[in-house]
Amino acid sequence: MAQIVASNVQKVFKTADREVVALKDIDLEIARGEFVCLLGPSGCGKSTLLNAVAGFSLPTGGVITVDGKPVQGPGPDRGMVFQEYALFPWMTVAENIAFGLQVQKKQKAEIAATVSQLLEMLNLKDFRDRFPKDLSGGMRQRVAIARVLALDSPIMLMDEPFGALDALTRRNLQDELLRLWERLGKTILFVTHSIEESIYLADRIVVMTYRPGTIKRDQRVDIPRPRDPSGHAFNELKRELGRLVMEEQQRHADDEMKLAAVD
Amino acid sequence: MTTKLKALCEGSAVPLLLIVVWEAVARAGWISPIVMPAPSAVVVKWWEALMPAAAYDPTSQSRLAWALSGEMVHDAFASLYRVVVGFLVGAGLALPIGLLMGANKRTYALLNPLVQVLRPIPPIAFIPLSILWFGLGNPPSVFLIALGAFFPVLMNTIAGVRQVDGIYLRAAYNLGVNQWTLFTRVILPAATPYILAGVRIGIGTAFIVVIVSEMIAVNNGLGFRILEAREFMWSDKIIAGMLAIGLLGLAIDTGVSRLNNHLLRWHRGLEH
Repeated sequence: MAQIVASNVQKVFKTADREVVALKDIDLEIARGEFVCLLGPSGCGKSTLLNAVAGFSLPTGGVITVDGKPVQGPGPDRGMVFQEYALFPWMTVAENIAFGLQVQKKQKAEIAATVSQLLEMLNLKDFRDRFPKDLSGGMRQRVAIARVLALDSPIMLMDEPFGALDALTRRNLQDELLRLWERLGKTILFVTHSIEESIYLADRIVVMTYRPGTIKRDQRVDIPRPRDPSGHAFNELKRELGRLVMEEQQRHADDEMKLAAVD
Repeated sequence: MTTKLKALCEGSAVPLLLIVVWEAVARAGWISPIVMPAPSAVVVKWWEALMPAAAYDPTSQSRLAWALSGEMVHDAFASLYRVVVGFLVGAGLALPIGLLMGANKRTYALLNPLVQVLRPIPPIAFIPLSILWFGLGNPPSVFLIALGAFFPVLMNTIAGVRQVDGIYLRAAYNLGVNQWTLFTRVILPAATPYILAGVRIGIGTAFIVVIVSEMIAVNNGLGFRILEAREFMWSDKIIAGMLAIGLLGLAIDTGVSRLNNHLLRWHRGLEH
């Protein structure tokens, strides 16, 4: 049975002088343990959909359920990794990872054990007492992933988590994420605008349209892992998805020109 | 090392020159010592006031008590005590009120008009009322100092709470925090850079107010001592007292700045 179900989801943002339909008629089912990427240009509503699943911003129509229960707000059963890391800068690496567990009032010894294990798992041992300002972007994102893993939530939501990283660090963290996913069996919903990233990572890629955000294509990726980005099947799919995404990107660009002309 | 030495020489050249000229003018007798005593006389007075007046007597007191029995040391402690108590009262009230006003729109709407009316009144203008209300001695002085420290801490605390980046709130909610944890573990620490900037301004104001308040209502403290010296036209003692006030102010600011740097060691771009 599907773990995350979105049925007929709408999201309308109202501003003083206009309405923007960010999401329209979204029907999506994600199975337990599945790795799904939401792919599209900026403005396609992929982050809006993710935030709706996270419970930060509820849909204006339709319903999203997780394990059969409607989403009504944010919660530790759906851990979120943000593009801006969102680590608490006044806490050390270890304190950041421990925070979610302290919130759940876990025993001290249990917290210490989980934190040590995660520091080990994400190669952060030498950084446990550092503050986030002393870490590189890649290291910060490792801490953010560890912080979410500490919650032991079945679902991980990731909002362009590697978007701000350089290409090499990015590949490195993608591999690490895949390793963790295979080992821990989490369900991952991952937002990206990188076609290559989505093909490298996902079981399924959901391509979204530019305003209103609808599902343009629900694409299964059957290339066996580890995937070779220079392989034939990879590039075939890249070309195909590239065509779909660029159509939407073009609509986005046209729209921006129009808005600029009005102003 | 040589560049440091050079900077030191350059930095001290003008003050040294000024002191030499001042000393020469005073010794030549061009200016009455009541108007402007020689710097050497000021330093002598300063040293006299700092040192114990009586000889050490092991039967009546400990060596430490004796070493701190100088008039200026007593006065400095008296002033420092008022600053600390006044500041603790003022900032101790400003912090919770500021947190509440920053976090809660209704509290802000209720209290802000009052704050805006009272804030522009300099604490010094409360001197007559403070004497009517509290009489003489420490209470009016502490009241004025608390008032001087209250508003900078309050305004900065409100601003600090309001500027907390929404991403931290979202991350915290995602980790399942309740309101209390959100407040104590996220909003409060996120606002500390602002709050501590307010604390530093508040301590500075408290120090100004303590000197003024000592000139009106009490009979010890550094502010009282320089006013007393004026009555006897001891200009050298006045300037020695001013020197002591400056040094105490510097010490307080350095202490607060050290504390800030420690509390904000996680913060990007530390300042002094």
